[in-house]
Amino acid sequence: MSDKMISFVRTEMLPEQTPPSSQVGAMRWVRENLFSGPVNTLLTLLGIAVLYFLAVHLGPWFKNSIWNADSLAECREILAGQSGACWGVIKDRWHQLIFGFYPAEEYWRPTITFFLMLVAIAPVLFGGLPRKMMWFSAIFPALAFWLLWGGSIWYSVFAMLGFVVAYVAFRALQQVSGVVAVVGAVVAAVIWWLLLAGPLGDLVASVVPVALPYIRSDDFGGFMISIIIGVTGIALSLPIGILLALGRQSDMPLVRWICVGFIEFIRGVPLITLLFTASLLLNYFLPPGTNFDIILRVIIMVTLFAAAYMAEVVRGGFAALPRGQYEAADALGLDYWKAQRLILLPQALKISIPGIVNTFIGLFKDTTLVVFIGILDPIGLSNAIRADSNWNGIIWELYAFIALCFFLFCFGMSRYSQYLEGKLKTDHR
Amino acid sequence: MKKTVFVGAMAAATTLVAGAASATVLEEVQGRGELHCGVSTGVNGFSAPDSTGEWQGFDVAICRAVAAAVLGDPNKVKFTSTTGQTRFSALASGEIDILTRNTTWTMSRDADLKFSFAGVNYYDGQGFMVNKALGVSSAKELDGATVCIQTGTTTELNLADYFKANNMTYEPVPIETNAEAQQQYLAGACDVYTTDASGLAATRATFADPENHAVLPEIISKEPLGPLVAHGDDQWGDIVRWTMNALVAAEELGITSANIEELSKGTANPEINRILGASDDDLGAMIGLDKEWAKRAISAGGNYGEIFAANIGESTPIGLARGLNALWTQGGLQYSPPFR
Repeated sequence: MSDKMISFVRTEMLPEQTPPSSQVGAMRWVRENLFSGPVNTLLTLLGIAVLYFLAVHLGPWFKNSIWNADSLAECREILAGQSGACWGVIKDRWHQLIFGFYPAEEYWRPTITFFLMLVAIAPVLFGGLPRKMMWFSAIFPALAFWLLWGGSIWYSVFAMLGFVVAYVAFRALQQVSGVVAVVGAVVAAVIWWLLLAGPLGDLVASVVPVALPYIRSDDFGGFMISIIIGVTGIALSLPIGILLALGRQSDMPLVRWICVGFIEFIRGVPLITLLFTASLLLNYFLPPGTNFDIILRVIIMVTLFAAAYMAEVVRGGFAALPRGQYEAADALGLDYWKAQRLILLPQALKISIPGIVNTFIGLFKDTTLVVFIGILDPIGLSNAIRADSNWNGIIWELYAFIALCFFLFCFGMSRYSQYLEGKLKTDHR
Repeated sequence: MKKTVFVGAMAAATTLVAGAASATVLEEVQGRGELHCGVSTGVNGFSAPDSTGEWQGFDVAICRAVAAAVLGDPNKVKFTSTTGQTRFSALASGEIDILTRNTTWTMSRDADLKFSFAGVNYYDGQGFMVNKALGVSSAKELDGATVCIQTGTTTELNLADYFKANNMTYEPVPIETNAEAQQQYLAGACDVYTTDASGLAATRATFADPENHAVLPEIISKEPLGPLVAHGDDQWGDIVRWTMNALVAAEELGITSANIEELSKGTANPEINRILGASDDDLGAMIGLDKEWAKRAISAGGNYGEIFAANIGESTPIGLARGLNALWTQGGLQYSPPFR
C-alpha cells in the first residue's frame, strides 16, 4: 500500500468556515430542544399557545393591579370595568394574614421570634457554623414560648431548668447503673416540673418580675399559627419518628408491638379525624373547666401524625442498608445505641432525606386543615376577611398571596434538602 | 342521625358532671369576668372581624349586649370562631357560654342536642337568585334549571322538597362554600344560586353588576336564627332570653342609645321604668343581676332596630329590609313578652 503514489494531496489547509446557522447558538438550541420531531414540535406549539393564553388573560390582571383601595367596590370603580387585581385587600389585611388577631403593638414579638428561630435552626442545618450556637438552639423553645405567649419569664426559665435537673440526677446516679440513671433523671425532671417549677416561678416572679403582656392562643392566627404548628411538628416528629422506627425493628416484643400499633393506627386514620378529636372529643373527656390549650392539642396531634409517617420513611432508610453494615457494627463490639448512632442512623437518614423533607413539606401544608376546627389560619382568615362587607367577593388575590407565602417556605425546604443531599453524597454514581 | 344522638348523649353526660361539680354559668362568667361567645368563622354582616381584629356584626351585637348586662362591659367577650361541625360540641362542653352563629332553631337541636334557644334574632328563609337575562320572575318557572347549592345543609333538603312539591326537575351543582358559590354562579356554571335570603342579598351586594341579578320573591323555608345556650341552667337561659327581649322591647317603647340616659331618669311609662331600673320593681334580681342590667344591654349597641340598621339594614352594603324582622306593631314577627 505504501508504495502506491497518491496522485493528489491538498497541501494548504481550507479556511475555517462558520458552521451553518442551524448548527449554532439559539437556532441550534431551538431545533434540538423544541422542534426535534413532529411530537415535540406539536408540544412546543401547544406550550406557546398556553403561554399566550395565560399572558393575554393574566397580563392585564397583573398590569392593572390596584394597591390603594379600601374596598372591592372602590377597586371596581377605579378599574371601571377592566380586569385587574385588587391588592388593596392585602395592603389592608396583611397583618391579619400574618399575625391573626395578635395585638398590633406586640407584633415585634412574633417577628423577633421568627428571626431567632432562623438563628436557632441555622447550626442544625449548616455544619459549618460554630457548634456553640447549639446552646442557643437548645434554649430557643422556652424563649419562643415566652416571647409568643408572654407572661412571666420565670416559668420558661424553670421549665428549662428541669432538663438541668435531669442531667444532674443522671450524672449522680450514673455510678449505680445506666438504667437507674435514666429512670432517676426522668423522675427528677417530672417531680421538678410538676411540684417545684410552678411555685418557684411564682416566688421568683414576685421578687424579680420580668414579664411580657400575656397573649392567649385565641389571638394567634394567620401564618404565625401555620409556622408555630409546622415548625414544632417538624422539630418533634423527626426524633419521635426515629425512635418509632427503631422500636418497630426492636427485638423486644412489647416495644415492637406498641410501635407497630401506634404507627399503623395513626397512619390508618385521616389527619382531620385526629384534629376533630383534639378539638371536640377531648373537651368531653377532660374535667369541665380544664383549660388545655387548643394550639397545644393541635400541635400534639399533628406531631403524632407526622411522627408515624416519619417512622416509616426512616424505616425505609434502614431497610436499604446492606445486612453487612449491621454485622460490621456488631463485629466492632459496639453496643446497640453506639451502633445506631455511629454507623446505622447516619446512613439510613442520608438515604431518607427526600422522604423526610417530603413529610415535612406535607406537614407544613397540612396545617391549613386546622381551618375545619375553627382556628383562623391563613385560609380561615381569608374566609373571615371575605365576611367583611368591604371585601366580600374577593377571592383570587387572597389565595394568590397565601399560595405565594406557602410556596416560599416549601420551596426553601426543598432546596435545602437538595443542598444536603449534594453535600452528603459519598458514592461515585 | 346517629351522630346527633351521640353528641346529645355526650352533652347530657357533660351537663350531669358539670351540674354536680360546678357553679352556675352566671357565677362562672362573673367569676372569670369574661363572656365566652361562639360565633361563625365569618358571615357577612352577622359576625366578622374587622381590620383591627374586632368582631363586628348582628350576631356579635347580641353577645355584647349579654356581656354588658352580666358584666357591665360590652367588650368583655371572648369570641371563639366555630365551624358548622364544631359549634354544638363547643357549647355542650362548656367551652362557650352562648352560641350566636346563624343557627336555625329546629326541634332536634332544641330537644335532641339538649340546647335552649333564647329567641330568634333573625327570621330567615331560603330564596333563589337568578341572572335577569334568564327572564325568570318566579321560582315556579325554574323547571329544568341548574342550581348551585351548598352540600350537607338543610337548604339542600328544602330545595329537593320544593321542586318535588311543584313537580319540577333541577340539576344540582354541589358546592362547598359561599365564596365558591359566587364564583360558580358568576361563571355561569349554574342558572340559580339558592341559600338563605340574607346570604343571597349579601352575595348580590358584592357583584360588580348587582342590577343584573334578581332575588326571586319565593321564600321556600323557615330559618329562624337565634342564640342558644346549653340545657341545665335555666337562669342563664333566662338572662340571654330577656336580654334579647329587652332589645326588642326597647325598640317598641322607643328607647334608643341616644335617649336612654334621659329616659332612665324616670318616665310616665311604667314599663320603660321597669326595664331601665327607674322604678321600685327590681326585675334584675329575678335573674340574678342588678337593676340596671337591661339599661346596660341596650346602651351597648342600641335597641334591636338600631343593631339591625347598623349591621345588616338598608343603609349597609348588605341592604336587608326589615321584612319579617320588623316589630309586630309594624307587621313583622319581633315581639317581646311584657316586662312585669
